[in-house]
Amino acid sequence: MDNVAQQLFNAGNLRANAAYAASKRNITIDPITRLEGHGKIDIYLDDKGDVERAYLQVPELRGFEVFCRGRPAEDMPQITSRICGVCPTAHHMASTKALDALYQIEPTSPGRKIRELVYHTFMLEDHALHVFILGGPDFIVGPEAPPAERNILGVIGKVGIEAGKKVIATRRRLRELIAYFGGKVVHPVLGLPGGVSKPLSAADLPKFRELAKDGVEFAQWTLDVFRTIVLKNPDYVKMITSDAYTHRTCYMGMVDEQNQVNFYDGRLRVVDCDGREVCEFTAAEYRDYIAEHVEPWSYMKFTYLKQRGWNGFVEGPETSIYSVAPLARLNAADGMATPLAQAAYEEFFKVLGGKPVHHTLANHWARVIEMIYAAERIEQLVNDPEITSPEVRRIPTAVPKVGIGVVEAPRGTLFHHYETDERGVIKMANMIVATGNNAGRIAMSVERAAKGMIKGGHVTEGLLNKVEMAFRAYDPCLGCATHTLPGHLPLNVGIYDRDHRLIRQLVQE
Amino acid sequence: MSKPKVAFYWCASCGGCEETVVDLAEDILGVVEKVDIVLWPVAMDFKYKDVEAMADGSITATLLNGAIRSSEQEEMAVLLRRKSQYLIAYGSCAHLGGIPALANQFEREEILRFNYEDAPSVINEAKTRPQLVTEIDGHRPHLPELRHVVRSLDQVVDVDFYIPGCPPTPNLTKAAFNALLSGQLPPKGSVLAPDTALCDECPRKATKPVDVAFSEFKRPHQKLLEPEQCFLAQGVVCMGPATRSGCAAQCTCGNMPCTGCFGPTSRVRDQGAKILSSLCANIGAKTEAEINTVLQGIPDPVGTFYRYGMAKSLLRRRVDLTTT
Repeated sequence: MDNVAQQLFNAGNLRANAAYAASKRNITIDPITRLEGHGKIDIYLDDKGDVERAYLQVPELRGFEVFCRGRPAEDMPQITSRICGVCPTAHHMASTKALDALYQIEPTSPGRKIRELVYHTFMLEDHALHVFILGGPDFIVGPEAPPAERNILGVIGKVGIEAGKKVIATRRRLRELIAYFGGKVVHPVLGLPGGVSKPLSAADLPKFRELAKDGVEFAQWTLDVFRTIVLKNPDYVKMITSDAYTHRTCYMGMVDEQNQVNFYDGRLRVVDCDGREVCEFTAAEYRDYIAEHVEPWSYMKFTYLKQRGWNGFVEGPETSIYSVAPLARLNAADGMATPLAQAAYEEFFKVLGGKPVHHTLANHWARVIEMIYAAERIEQLVNDPEITSPEVRRIPTAVPKVGIGVVEAPRGTLFHHYETDERGVIKMANMIVATGNNAGRIAMSVERAAKGMIKGGHVTEGLLNKVEMAFRAYDPCLGCATHTLPGHLPLNVGIYDRDHRLIRQLVQE
Repeated sequence: MSKPKVAFYWCASCGGCEETVVDLAEDILGVVEKVDIVLWPVAMDFKYKDVEAMADGSITATLLNGAIRSSEQEEMAVLLRRKSQYLIAYGSCAHLGGIPALANQFEREEILRFNYEDAPSVINEAKTRPQLVTEIDGHRPHLPELRHVVRSLDQVVDVDFYIPGCPPTPNLTKAAFNALLSGQLPPKGSVLAPDTALCDECPRKATKPVDVAFSEFKRPHQKLLEPEQCFLAQGVVCMGPATRSGCAAQCTCGNMPCTGCFGPTSRVRDQGAKILSSLCANIGAKTEAEINTVLQGIPDPVGTFYRYGMAKSLLRRRVDLTTT
């Protein structure tokens, strides 16, 4: 962006934020019954005016699994990507891997490498989006800063305009790589059983090598920013490790043969709240290890460890709730497969007092470590001699029956499971998405934040911010969770007195 | 003189349209400078009553993405219609119903039953279902109701313009803004994209067969796809001939056939009927056995020909479902 454009961008942002701030000052609004199809929280108070129970609700459902029936399996990567326009590449890739399993075919080696290249590029740009634009501003600008400053503009103010430009430009270049292979960056089309639709031309390789080099530097710089601004500030560290943001649950993440974090392939490993391995399983075995629980007050389902049974929203040794996403992946693994990421991983656990780390807000730090890993993987892949091979596909010949695929999406483990007839037409589709895996723990975080902020009937003005921060750390995607909503989390909080009358309603879009 | 006011809103959508608007942020700074954004849930706080308080017609243009599935979405569409001079359906879901409208082949009960009872990962012996109102420890959390079918925006309110695509491209969005700001708008009801078939801008156009007799169709996974040859010439179904151009042939540049997300051109009432007539005119099969061979290559005609356009098609829904 040139300077004039930057100034215009800033001016536009300032106006938007001023309007945002002005409306935020008036958070008490008349009781309204509207939900606008968003996330919703109902908080119930007891006689003393303390929180008795808080319900995080998701008020919608699109029903992808059912309307996928009758569709050809090869259309699934493109149809299911529409579950979420924020992480379409994750659904696309989980679906493509399910097709490999369905047709009992391995992608060619170059085909697999292109998938991994696209996937790690997606992980890097999506994590960068969260760190700098969605969740990170809470830290980089500061949780106590006025909301008007807690955004990308505030981030630019803090890290400098050149750095801000770097973030925007790097994300754009990464997204261009995805579009090169996928045709489109939102809803790509490259995935087919046995490989990908398009090879990498040798003529185009140099620009991607350049990007890979810049990507590693960008990820390391991001860690430096995080260290300087967050870790050197004792108040932030205190907040990260505070009780309000700590839950002792189990953790799940995908690992390779060395038990190192892997986003694209491997076994699922679960550790308990003391860091001991509970189980390890392949995607095809998911139904033996995890299950979904239904509550009557939300369209979102709550996933839990099947062998422990549904024990409710509890933490500690008896919990069957597990968490996914960056913190969970680091907790569930023994290390990172690349050197710079491994060093950052060791620092993480050293500073936070060993494994597992139970602090929800540490997800932000874990996310930056994963950015380094993704960037290092991209660099390995673009320097792989096979990456420009035209042999990117293998034609399936087996009779299709059942296919289960899994990836680690930015927001956590994502399963796609299809069953077809002999023509490869879907008879049954089932998806377990990242935010569903995290739903139990997120619900607990909401209740914890509400309890901390409401005492004796007095509702602290900062309630929404704190609840929101607890949320943002998970980077939750309710669009994925219900296969319906967009990838951000607007809130609608209703507070009820002991007679269950709605006494207050707060809305945050 | 005050600047024109612009609003963005979303209904039943995936967030991809919003990502596209975010993606073009760098690009349309010149446009953003000239307008006031009065509503954008991604960027700004907003309450229903704030919009309600605005004078009718005070928003110059609202870009609404997503299909209409719930009563809340319907109410919001009605409200924004009243407040806006121009209401623009942004993206395939608002334009045509989009992929969520594939659900119009199924009953709501089937969707709920699978999700909460029959899915292989669900354990729910009590057959608990999400309830509009739940009585739990004396608390009564409530949920909204899902409607029976998915509708496009213009099946709910009057729409002035359409920006097509799943998602639309930054260029089309930018061009629409320029048209709005300069007042050089096409007739009401126009789709703000070129009114030609996708083939016109496809780099494979030169190899499009003028005279072809299909004896079978190959599904994309059954064949190595040639990077430069027209998909129809390769015997692979491509929606290009029945689909509006304007996307720069992104999918065919990704070496996969067009699936039709831009909808039909203005001269076509029903996109699926158009591609059917176009394909059928070129089928060489004469006997029933030969015809069956051809049909085997298209196992899901509805999902192939109406991937994004079910709600707006002549079929619209499974015949025994209601229209709301």
